[in-house]
Amino acid sequence: MSEKLLEVKDLRVVYNSNEAVVHAVNDISFDLLPSETLGIVGETGAGKTTAAMAILQLLPERTGRILNGQILYKGEDLLKKTTNEMRKIRGACISMIFQDPMTSLNPTITIGDQIKESLEIHNHKNRSKTELDARVDELLTLVGIQSSRKYEYPHQFSGGMKQRVVIAISLACNPELIIADEPTTALDVTIQAQVLAMMTELKEKLNTSMIMITHDLGIVAQTCDKVAIMYAGEIVEKGTVRDIFSGDHHHPYTVGLFGSIPDLEVETKRLTPIDGLMPDPVNMPEGCKFHPRCKSCMEICRTQSPKASRFGEHVIVCHLYDQEVCSWNHY
Amino acid sequence: MLKISGSAEKPEDMQKKRSSFINADTWRRFKKNKSAVIGLVIFLLFIVCLIFADLIVPYQKAIEQNLRIRMQGISSEHWFGTDIYGRDIFARIVHATRYSLFMGIVSVVVGIVFGSIIAAIAGLYGGKIDRCIMWIMDTVLCIPFMLLALAIVAALGGGLQNLLLALVIASVPIYVRVIRSSILTVVESDFVEAARSCGTPDRYIVLKHILPNAIGTVIVQATMSVGTMIIWAAALSYVGMGIQPPKPEWGSMLAEGKDYMLNAPHLVIFPGMTIILCCLSLNLMGDGLRDALDPRLKD
Amino acid sequence: MIRYVLRRILVMIPTLLVVIFIVLALMNLTPGSPALIILGQDATPETVDQLNRELGYDKPFVVRYFQYVSELLKGDMGESYRTKRSVFTEIITRFPTTIKLSVLEMVIAVCIALPIGVFSAVKQYSAFDTVSTVSAMFLACVPAFWLGLMLILVFALKLHLLPSNGTDTWVHYILPALTQAIPQSARSMRMTRTSMLETVRQDYIRMARSKGQVESTVIIRHALKNALMPVITMVGIDFGFILGGTIVVEKVFSINGIGTLILNAIQVKDIPLVTGCAVFFAFFYMLTLLLVDILYAFIDPRIKARYQGKTL
Repeated sequence: MSEKLLEVKDLRVVYNSNEAVVHAVNDISFDLLPSETLGIVGETGAGKTTAAMAILQLLPERTGRILNGQILYKGEDLLKKTTNEMRKIRGACISMIFQDPMTSLNPTITIGDQIKESLEIHNHKNRSKTELDARVDELLTLVGIQSSRKYEYPHQFSGGMKQRVVIAISLACNPELIIADEPTTALDVTIQAQVLAMMTELKEKLNTSMIMITHDLGIVAQTCDKVAIMYAGEIVEKGTVRDIFSGDHHHPYTVGLFGSIPDLEVETKRLTPIDGLMPDPVNMPEGCKFHPRCKSCMEICRTQSPKASRFGEHVIVCHLYDQEVCSWNHY
Repeated sequence: MLKISGSAEKPEDMQKKRSSFINADTWRRFKKNKSAVIGLVIFLLFIVCLIFADLIVPYQKAIEQNLRIRMQGISSEHWFGTDIYGRDIFARIVHATRYSLFMGIVSVVVGIVFGSIIAAIAGLYGGKIDRCIMWIMDTVLCIPFMLLALAIVAALGGGLQNLLLALVIASVPIYVRVIRSSILTVVESDFVEAARSCGTPDRYIVLKHILPNAIGTVIVQATMSVGTMIIWAAALSYVGMGIQPPKPEWGSMLAEGKDYMLNAPHLVIFPGMTIILCCLSLNLMGDGLRDALDPRLKD
Repeated sequence: MIRYVLRRILVMIPTLLVVIFIVLALMNLTPGSPALIILGQDATPETVDQLNRELGYDKPFVVRYFQYVSELLKGDMGESYRTKRSVFTEIITRFPTTIKLSVLEMVIAVCIALPIGVFSAVKQYSAFDTVSTVSAMFLACVPAFWLGLMLILVFALKLHLLPSNGTDTWVHYILPALTQAIPQSARSMRMTRTSMLETVRQDYIRMARSKGQVESTVIIRHALKNALMPVITMVGIDFGFILGGTIVVEKVFSINGIGTLILNAIQVKDIPLVTGCAVFFAFFYMLTLLLVDILYAFIDPRIKARYQGKTL
């Protein structure tokens, strides 16, 4: 059994604003092996980005608070590390690709310098300037940009190219884990496909683990080995891609998600979205957080939070699987 | 027209979510801000002086000269002392509120009304009209404010009305700039484009979308400007181009007292502190309003 | 880039023409003619008319306007109605004083405001931030000329530390400069702080941190440049207010600069002198705005590209 690269246990994050306390992430747990890709799926507001930022401890200083949990990176708890130690990890061991390439790059610094910055920060081997420049060229070529363009500014690049630059920055120091927060959401579909293909290729070439945060199940199917489905700050179902995409048992939310995808083969008059909206993170419902929208809602769902039921690697957090089928173990 | 069903929101609903719309929430947030409330209270005190000056202290006391008691310090009879002609300074300050604060408020209100009209024409019609108007405004702005106001007062003569006119004319270009950029931000925003694409008539767009959103900025700007105008009016009076004696004005009181301030500093200190207090209360209110309208900037 | 600068300088010309028009028109509205003011109320109408003719004041306004402009283009700013000396000479002897004072005021204001504003924003909600924000709030409301009087009272009259009038040595510039510098620094500090707070919330700052960059470098290399851009623009615009305010400061400190010159000139309807001073003020201010724009272009590569005519 290979050692886990990343293990998140019972992570709880809140935002304390002047107006109220927002429960963004509520006791989630997941893990990741080396060279594995985990997809975190959920609607906007499910807490995916917050979870990702918590790993690198990039939450807004004043308002974001990690109340509980452990984030074990190669066995060491990141939450116990000092600021300096975290800085050494950011960019070098774990790097992040943010959602909007338009605003992720500093408009007044050349892209070459922005890539080089990553290298300069983690320059343990004391490489010379020429060596760093060569590495910048190498990275730009890797992501499909002419290396002569490194003296240009972000505004001279299109959205897709900018995201490639961001990817180049994230790969600069050969991190073991890349957290990609909806890397293609802000791009149009054709560019999306290109960037995704490039990311998959690079990932395989460099054996990097990845956490792919997305709301697009298509991307999950293309790129991920494992999937975790988040709803209202909790993981309601997780498992291998196979478990989630072709298994028989699912959380009702997952069923709804898949049901709302248009099918090329079946002819329908209307799409079937999930009724209702995600709950207000300031005012969560009692019991199971999905119960107001669930078609299979039972009495117990309104009052008691469901426990996790597991079958191999497949975990479903739903009362439907409480007294279940013999092969299901319960926590 | 294509009917977009489902989650597409109506422009009105989207607009209600925009935080620069003044509503009950704004007032609630304003109330929570202690310094803003203090500013409001102090400002209201000044307004009381403005309206009820005669009831607080009779006008006679402010202009009655009594050379025997000139330049006296603070006493129980004369709370702020007396000036070089023996007039009660406290009375003069209270009555000066009528001129100074009035001038500040009116100059800003009139200036903003004209500024809004011009900015609206420029912003909504765009093109050549916009460029022409903005060029004229930028040209006028090349003349330093004080200089322009001085020249206008010199041309028209002193006195309250002309001072007001000078302040208004010199400040209109500034308002036009600010309001126009505020209007353009709204005009170019997505929800106006959405409204237009639904076939909403221009008149409706202006009334329901542009005005409510631009008004927030305008009100904050107005509040802060009143303080600035009071100071400029005082400056003009100080150089002798503003309100003429015996009418009391905070700035001209400073001009009168400056030659004697070594021996009687109270002649200069009290009017100055009054200007500061008035301006401060306005700025606190303006800041509070800005934070209440757009709380995102705080956290 | 050069083309852009040249174009801007060329645009100054029509602007100046309009400025001259406005000033001459305003002076025209002033009651009484220059001759009347010079000779006094007791002069006979004949002598007044004669002097007016000599001064060229009897011609209609439009003629006088074009006359002035054509003389100006030849480099002649006319003669002061009162002193008969060349307007140009009068202005040139006093111009350095006023400019030195105004620039000094702005430089002091910026040197105080920028570091404090940046530091307050970086350490938001700290004691330093609270103290500086409250002080700035207060100081921004202080009328410059009153502050001048207070400074004279304390430092010159009571403590005898600094001179209260004239401009003989550099020491004489200290109090007058502080007079406008202090309220201006308060305004600029607030602007800097707000801009910095907004910049620090940008995505690219988060990106820089995610690279593992040290916080001080994030602030200096990433945030500062971007935050200071709107501040620089504002400083340029505020300089216009400083220039105008210097007129009052010169009166407070009895400084013989252009401010005093124009103040007296307005009161006696010395049209050539007033117009000449107005032209100088406007020209200098426009030059400042141009310099600010050029500086901005050097800092922001997007603007530089626009001025150079490059398209995306």
